[in-house]
Amino acid sequence: MTETAQQLSTRHLLGIKDLSKADINLILETADTFKDVINRPIKKVPSLRDITIANVFFENSTRTRLSFELAEKRLSADVINFAASSSSVSKGETLIDTVNNILAMKVDMIVMRHPYPGAGVFLSKHVKAQIINAGDGAHEHPTQALLDAFSIREKFGEVAGKKIAIIGDILHSRVALSNILCLQKLGAEVMVCGPTTLIPKYIQSLGVKVEHNLIKALNWCDAANMLRIQLERQDINYFPSLREYSMLYGLNKTILDTLDKEITIMHPGPINRGVEITSDVADSKHSIILDQVENGVAIRMAVLYLLAGSRG
Amino acid sequence: MQQSILLSGPKFQITIQRLCQQLIENHHHFENSVIIGIQPRGIYLAKRIKAELQRLLNIKSILSGELDITFYRDDFRRKENGPLVPNSTNINFVIENKKVILIDDVLWTGRTIRSALDAIQAFGRPQSVELLVLVDRRFSRHLPIEPNYIGIQVDSINSQRVIVNWQETENKDQIILLTEENQ
Repeated sequence: MTETAQQLSTRHLLGIKDLSKADINLILETADTFKDVINRPIKKVPSLRDITIANVFFENSTRTRLSFELAEKRLSADVINFAASSSSVSKGETLIDTVNNILAMKVDMIVMRHPYPGAGVFLSKHVKAQIINAGDGAHEHPTQALLDAFSIREKFGEVAGKKIAIIGDILHSRVALSNILCLQKLGAEVMVCGPTTLIPKYIQSLGVKVEHNLIKALNWCDAANMLRIQLERQDINYFPSLREYSMLYGLNKTILDTLDKEITIMHPGPINRGVEITSDVADSKHSIILDQVENGVAIRMAVLYLLAGSRG
Repeated sequence: MQQSILLSGPKFQITIQRLCQQLIENHHHFENSVIIGIQPRGIYLAKRIKAELQRLLNIKSILSGELDITFYRDDFRRKENGPLVPNSTNINFVIENKKVILIDDVLWTGRTIRSALDAIQAFGRPQSVELLVLVDRRFSRHLPIEPNYIGIQVDSINSQRVIVNWQETENKDQIILLTEENQ
């Protein structure tokens, strides 16, 4: 029997770090039911009909914002959207003021993406609403890690004992950190792979393997999670050129064919085709990239539903 | 807890037989009727009824499913430690224009059935919906909901609990009434 909680141990979802294994299993099992719901002719349930959720995005997003919005609507919540670029933030309003003004309009939950690590934790200490972190700088992106774990569990039957390689820009990636924590809690082995400059120092202290050779990493793993080079977060040059990075760490069909086994390819998006992954791999039968997107809605429904239910 | 047995042994089996006969009177060979057990405890009665009907009618093809109503409840966020964890819904057919027989073990306030009526809409527009329960706790309804088929009727007060045990899960078919000691 897997260890499953009856209720989440936290009031907010700020990071995978705060979740127990039982919490994660509860979210994954609840998401199973929601995946069922979103594949029905009528994809909606009335659970959150008396709840208002604000999606507050201080950083650009396509997938995560749409996925959260869909999840909220399929749970019948009322949704308001806020993008910092078109708001009074550019007039000099502080984060707490912005959020308190939103809350004054009777909002119950805040889904927030912010460029600064810890923004969600900070907010949770200063406002009353429940906070869900949809990515804070290079710190955590918990729902992405949960949907990745859900997709791995769906593909392989379970996460425990599986070998997952996370390849690319580990240094600037919130997906990498959340994934490492989540997969390890579920009993998987994790390896990070990339150029020395893009692997954070002391990352071994998290108990992950470090590899700088792409072929070795691919031969070791059951599934490879390819990450994008986050040029917008890189203030200095970490490698000579994108072309050189692509030659050393880009995944293409030829490399995939030379491996002695079949591996599953994942990507949190957005894909830079031709840089970290070529089109023939991204669109191949080994890729579960679009399954990850579908599962994202189910996972976010589960998280919203469980957090709303545990309101203290 | 003081415990008294309301129904067990041969009478229990006769009650199920009688419910099946009543269903056959209204649904003949179940060509256009489906049986839906309500999760978690109604599914055992639904399975029993289905097996018995198939034996009596000598057919194998009665459509049946299991319906979970957790997401449709009206007490979400209103109860401390309210049920959050859903059970699975297994209905792999469309109920459009079908005669639906909802099955649950105990009918008390009627709120579960209201949620089920809501939940079932996600699978189409049924021609009709009927309700079959093994135990009807009379005079305790919060909503105007009455069953079409009743195993036994029980007069009970709110602090009492009525529980149905099944051979499959508790090794015995019986209906018991639990009463707090200090009543």
